[in-house]
Amino acid sequence: MSTQIRPAPVRKSIFVNAPQDHAFDVFTTGIGRWWPKTHKIGPADLDRPIIEPRSGGRWYELDVDGTECEIGKIAVWEPPARVVLIWQLTPEFTYDPELITEVEVLFTPEGDGTRVDLEHRDLERMGEKAEAMRETISGPGGWPALLQLYADEAKIQTKGK
Amino acid sequence: MANANRVFAALTDPTRRAVFERLRHGPRAVGEIARGLPVTRPAVSQHLKVLKEAGLVDDRSEGTRRIYQIDPRGLGAMRAWLDQFWDSALSAFAAEVERASKEEKK
Repeated sequence: MSTQIRPAPVRKSIFVNAPQDHAFDVFTTGIGRWWPKTHKIGPADLDRPIIEPRSGGRWYELDVDGTECEIGKIAVWEPPARVVLIWQLTPEFTYDPELITEVEVLFTPEGDGTRVDLEHRDLERMGEKAEAMRETISGPGGWPALLQLYADEAKIQTKGK
Repeated sequence: MANANRVFAALTDPTRRAVFERLRHGPRAVGEIARGLPVTRPAVSQHLKVLKEAGLVDDRSEGTRRIYQIDPRGLGAMRAWLDQFWDSALSAFAAEVERASKEEKK
């Protein structure tokens, strides 16, 4: 017996004190300037993630040794109002071409700045993947890697208090 | 958010993290988990209870023993992790947007 768990999408909103086009540019082509260096896929140190500025473009990480690791794709490219990214990282933080989850980001002018609304959805597909990986989840790069991420996040959260 | 906070709170305690790590290689009974850890068995049970409430581990009875394992779906944990991830990523993004606009104005 298995129950189908459908987790709610992760939704976040943030207001930035900058015009819409600027907010859009920093989020997309400027992603390398703010993406946390701790969140990477390849074994080498992260140089920066790259979002190709077009629908159908690649979203990948470039490592300091020149290696490129896929993160996902660009599904919708509508500057300066909307971008939909395809996140293809599994719960083990590895790339899976068959895993498709969407991250939609909307940029809406508001007062002197821009409201940014982010929604990461279709998370139940990650659940299916996680279930399929039941056998390997305890292997190297699985829970230990995720656990490290947890620990790092927890530290950030504690510091933020 | 409550869920995310519970997951991270559950793993900030080093002993609890050690208990969780013991389950990496498969299901274990409480006695096996406690072996070699510098805490009492009731303390280990207490840590397991917190991990269970956070959705990180699951348990089942096997005769008189209680067997614990990492939640094989990892779904609650994954969502909680993403929730936290986007929080910190968006804060970093907002800081960068504002830093860059200030520089442009100079």
